[in-house]
Amino acid sequence: MADVLQLFVAGLATGAIYALAAIGFTLLWQTSQTVNFAQGEFVMLPAFIVLLAMNVLGLPFLAAIVPGIAAAVLVLGFLFKQAVVAAASRHGALPLAIATIALGLLLKEGVRDVAGADVQPFPPLAAGSVSIGGVSVPVHSLIAIAAAVAAVAALQAFLDRTPLGRSIQATAHNPAVARVLGIPVERMIRYAFLINAALAALASILITPVYLAGFSNGEWLGLCTFVAALAGGLNLRGAIVGGVVLGFMDNLAAAYLSATYRGVLPLVILVAIALFRPQGLLGRGEETAA
Amino acid sequence: MNPAALRYATAGIGALVLIAVPFGLTADGLHVLTLWALTTIAAIGLNLTLGQAGQVSLGQGAFVGIGAYLTALVTTRGWPFPAAYVLAFAACCALGWGLGYCALRVRRPYLPFLTLAFGAFVFLIFRNEEWLTGGMYGINRVPRPSLLGLSLAGPFAFYYFCLFNLVVVAAAVWWLRRSPWGRAFAALRANPRRAEAVGLDTRLYTLMAIALGAGLGGVAGVLYAALLQYVDPTPFSLTMSVSLLLMVVMGGSGRLLGPFLGAAVAVVLPEGLRFAQNYYLFGYALAVILLMAFWPTGLIGIAERLATALTKPRAVPAKAPR
Repeated sequence: MADVLQLFVAGLATGAIYALAAIGFTLLWQTSQTVNFAQGEFVMLPAFIVLLAMNVLGLPFLAAIVPGIAAAVLVLGFLFKQAVVAAASRHGALPLAIATIALGLLLKEGVRDVAGADVQPFPPLAAGSVSIGGVSVPVHSLIAIAAAVAAVAALQAFLDRTPLGRSIQATAHNPAVARVLGIPVERMIRYAFLINAALAALASILITPVYLAGFSNGEWLGLCTFVAALAGGLNLRGAIVGGVVLGFMDNLAAAYLSATYRGVLPLVILVAIALFRPQGLLGRGEETAA
Repeated sequence: MNPAALRYATAGIGALVLIAVPFGLTADGLHVLTLWALTTIAAIGLNLTLGQAGQVSLGQGAFVGIGAYLTALVTTRGWPFPAAYVLAFAACCALGWGLGYCALRVRRPYLPFLTLAFGAFVFLIFRNEEWLTGGMYGINRVPRPSLLGLSLAGPFAFYYFCLFNLVVVAAAVWWLRRSPWGRAFAALRANPRRAEAVGLDTRLYTLMAIALGAGLGGVAGVLYAALLQYVDPTPFSLTMSVSLLLMVVMGGSGRLLGPFLGAAVAVVLPEGLRFAQNYYLFGYALAVILLMAFWPTGLIGIAERLATALTKPRAVPAKAPR
């Protein structure tokens, strides 16, 4: 019983974090048909920016998070859109896809050149553990769940309840009609890129205490993000479900099958989805781009 | 001189250089050139998947690995080399077909992620199934082949063997592109709807491109195992798959000579830039991003534009558009 509760908390914590990255990935796809192959590196990088702020500027951890997220939104949101996506997407979907793949390699190699190849510890938001019904649960997992749920709820409220959020949704569903209705589609797409970067930065700060800060973290994190987003059917609610399901399966596989062979899970899930539910868990049959 | 003649002349000069150059090279240089030849074969395969069918694969490194490991496994158990060759090609084709079949059921970009997950899976097998693959230590003493009683054990002989393979593969792909199959893809690129309407089974053609591309990855793996004479998991990571993909677009995706050029940039150039080795991949990735932003046709595209600019007289108005 104790094991089950611990697995439940761990699964929910990692799943919620995968969901954050998968939501951002889905938002980019829906608003601008950008397939961001560097999403894993987007989750890897902000933790290193926080470490840099701590080691170079001498900031305490909680204070370093602020410039960490700000820099991530600037670089992975604004600069990514203006410098990479805008230029490559003029030539079509394929050059854009290749450019983000190259960007993933660039970020990975860049971090290795600057921070080194060894993994570094990354502080959790809160140390220690609490006892729930006689079972000890790390506080960080609970904070991660709370932060991820709060972020997703805030994003949903923003997208559903505010005029700006509804304009972004309109852009995601049908850019042509949105433009006719007077919505500045290009600006909405830029907002989507900023939101994605913020989600990735949050995911980075929540997951890195568990995985440690390593330059190649993006490979596995990216794979999990893609699987969560695709399994869900590339829509926002699907990304949440996909992320949480993957988080549970990941922790169950690590506990009951074998820690090394949890890496088989992405392939198994992707093949199963393709064969039995090609539209994704929450996808509709006739769904196209949006 | 028109661009076509220029292209043939370049290819001819390139071929002569490749035949003559080993005599002026050290053992290391010959090794790099051999590596270039077999990398080009893997890139030519990926160019079918990417350039012809427009499908992104992030698993070509895994197919090279499968080819290499199959060769190591069966030749150290006494199988003849040609059997390993055929087995690796067939196995990789079948796996590529299976992955492609799954991916094409989904009406979204799916193949890149499926091949990515496949690559991670294959790497795990290489590293952890010690009873089969030897784990991190890999498999040693892979024999060099001999052909028709001719030993290919020496570095010269093996280089020419790889070059021969490269020529055969390039010729086969050149022929394929002019076959109905290749023309189907030209039609598909020009107008997908009309291509479907005139009865082209685009799904079947795309699957063939993915399977053949994977199979050529396997062939490159066979040659890789025989070149190094041992295999271990390290080279067949995601970096190899990404690097193969980037060399295809750097050369010029969909162009026959693109992979030759891309592989040269990825394999031969780092040897000259040893002092900057740690930053090489960084610069390489940056170069590809710049290419995608400004010259998506790759180095071949840039070269062609330069050639037309140089050969066309400037003051004469352009002829009627083709």
